[in-house]
Amino acid sequence: MEVLKIATAGSVDDGKSTLIGRLLYDTQSLTTDKLEAIEKSSKQKGYDYLDFSLATDGLVAEREQGITIDVAHIYFSTAKKSYIIADTPGHVEYTRNMVTGASTSQVSIILIDARKGVIEQTYRHFFINNLLRVKDVIVAVNKMDLVDYSEEVYNKIKADFQALNAKSSYKEQNVSYIPLSALTGDNVVETLGKMPWYTGQTILQHLEALESKDVYDNGKARFPVQTVIRPKTEEYHDFRGYAGKLYGDSIKVGDAVTVLPSLTESKVTNIHFFDQQFDEAVAGSSITIELENDINVTRGDMIVKSNELPRVEKDITTTVCWMDSKKLVAGTKYLIQHNTNRVLAKVDSIKNVIATDYSGTTPASQLAINEIGEVTIKLSKPLYFDAYNDNKSNGAFILIDASTNTTAGVGFIR
Amino acid sequence: MMSSVLKTNALESEAIYIFREVISQFEKPVLLFSGGKDSITLVRLAQKAFFPAKIPFPLLHVDTGHNFPETIAFRDKLVEELGLELIVRNVQDAIDEGKVVEETGKYSSRNSLQTTTLLDAIEEFKFDACIGGARRDEEKARAKERIFSVRDDFGQWDEKNQRPELFDLLNGKIENGQNVRVFPISNWTELDVWSYIEQEQIEIPSIYFSHKRKVFVRDGMIWSHSPFVYQDEDEEIEERIVRFRTVGDMSCTAAVESYAATISEVVGEIRASTISERGARIDDKRSEAAMEKRKQQGYF
Repeated sequence: MEVLKIATAGSVDDGKSTLIGRLLYDTQSLTTDKLEAIEKSSKQKGYDYLDFSLATDGLVAEREQGITIDVAHIYFSTAKKSYIIADTPGHVEYTRNMVTGASTSQVSIILIDARKGVIEQTYRHFFINNLLRVKDVIVAVNKMDLVDYSEEVYNKIKADFQALNAKSSYKEQNVSYIPLSALTGDNVVETLGKMPWYTGQTILQHLEALESKDVYDNGKARFPVQTVIRPKTEEYHDFRGYAGKLYGDSIKVGDAVTVLPSLTESKVTNIHFFDQQFDEAVAGSSITIELENDINVTRGDMIVKSNELPRVEKDITTTVCWMDSKKLVAGTKYLIQHNTNRVLAKVDSIKNVIATDYSGTTPASQLAINEIGEVTIKLSKPLYFDAYNDNKSNGAFILIDASTNTTAGVGFIR
Repeated sequence: MMSSVLKTNALESEAIYIFREVISQFEKPVLLFSGGKDSITLVRLAQKAFFPAKIPFPLLHVDTGHNFPETIAFRDKLVEELGLELIVRNVQDAIDEGKVVEETGKYSSRNSLQTTTLLDAIEEFKFDACIGGARRDEEKARAKERIFSVRDDFGQWDEKNQRPELFDLLNGKIENGQNVRVFPISNWTELDVWSYIEQEQIEIPSIYFSHKRKVFVRDGMIWSHSPFVYQDEDEEIEERIVRFRTVGDMSCTAAVESYAATISEVVGEIRASTISERGARIDDKRSEAAMEKRKQQGYF
């Protein structure tokens, strides 16, 4: 079954929960007992409509305050595909959650309230989708029922968004526009005929037509070694397999490969998946590879095709989204986790804070929680990487605070 | 010769990746095994992750003493066949030692008592990663879970302060005494698990298939008649054709009426079903936040 990962961001007011609820409801994914629980809860709160946020806001604190705080994962499926929605809050103080949700998604749905049009929050959502290079963006112009299904209102919002899109650094991004009413369900799964001027797809039709591809599938083959498998049994006495997940592109038996950081050259002799062997594996596969010669490979090493070597450097320039309440300042040390490799790193300098509303950068010496900025980093050992824009998996890393062990930030190598 | 290309199942690949991160980032992992379909699926995924080597960690079963005998027999057979190490810790021991008090009354269950036994076992063996079969689609508090979910020395889940998880980057760094709960099939749905069991022809305990059972009906749910399940005098025993969709112990799992006798019939039934799997979990019906509260206290 194909799996498509979707990110949504927004507040309750945008009708985000209603949209998700509508998708679940109209694809018959909401089971009777869940629906009954929503009905019961909506009634208790005195609402005269079904409050679908009760299905998405899973924590007591979220239900009390009527807001989404943390990323929630919601699942629904059609005969064709399984969908996973990473649902995140939309306010500025939750930028880090939006980045988290977008990091694993191929599609993003940006909700716009037709009465309000393009607002600051829209800028931020789009900016994050540009920065993380989410392949497809659906601009969902919601609450069309409240503006009399006006084509003019929709066209104005579309034009405003297109102006925003002109500032995007990610020109290959597919941006589509859909006018809808999550409340009535118009253009979510089905078309109800109130907007004859719109002849495009509904949200679900659009999602169904997208090709599900691994979110990292945009570059050269990169195989970070997770662990070495040595069974030490009679049958497999000399077996030495390198286990990992393949990113970027496929790999074949017979490929000439280089192991980093040692730069040892070798050849792929076998590709194993469980008890079977294959001639080729595609990006996204968790496989075990055997190499021709007996060389020293350990966790943290990376196997690549010999004619596609990554960059190997000790100083990196990055865009960082900061996620910790302790501010990021120059001179501090963090542990960088890049693929399966961990390297001690020192923050060399913080250049600026990047405004998420496309208004540019301001010089800065620190990054506070939820801020995004340009940061240069010095590493204790060279990293073998690609620019994030060329190869997602090999261009992203997290910063771990060694004193608290928390994931303090995420970086994208330039 | 035909060239063979490995077709990838994204969810399976993700789970295998997670298993391999566990053995690389932790010293003493353990797989929490209940004998249910989700933990059986985990065992198959672990086999795939490390083949041709054996699964490099033991299984831990926290036995409430009220399990279906079919589940226990199945567990022992699986462990024997795969040559795995099995650790069993009993809730009864915690009751005998006076650490926990058995619930009484109509809805009494040992389900929440498992937490103490689990936390004791973690401390006894110094486990730093406990791999479980929980899925985010099961329940709304579980929808908020991380794949690597950090628990403090008291086994508590701090749901408001979870580590962000970006891309495939899993951060398993912890302090001494803390442990991480790992959920490799976080992103699977009930149907995904059943389809996988069908595709892989994984053997599962017989209670998942249609059988005749002595039951009684309470609150619209079908309860097993058993010495472990409290039953009022006016709750009449009857024989029905049932199966179980989810298997906890006898006091917290309700049956569904069903004639599905094979995996493909079960899959067909799940596809057509309008009731969620946890709709048959008596333990979740206690309150809207029943799961969140249990998780805060160390439940898996």
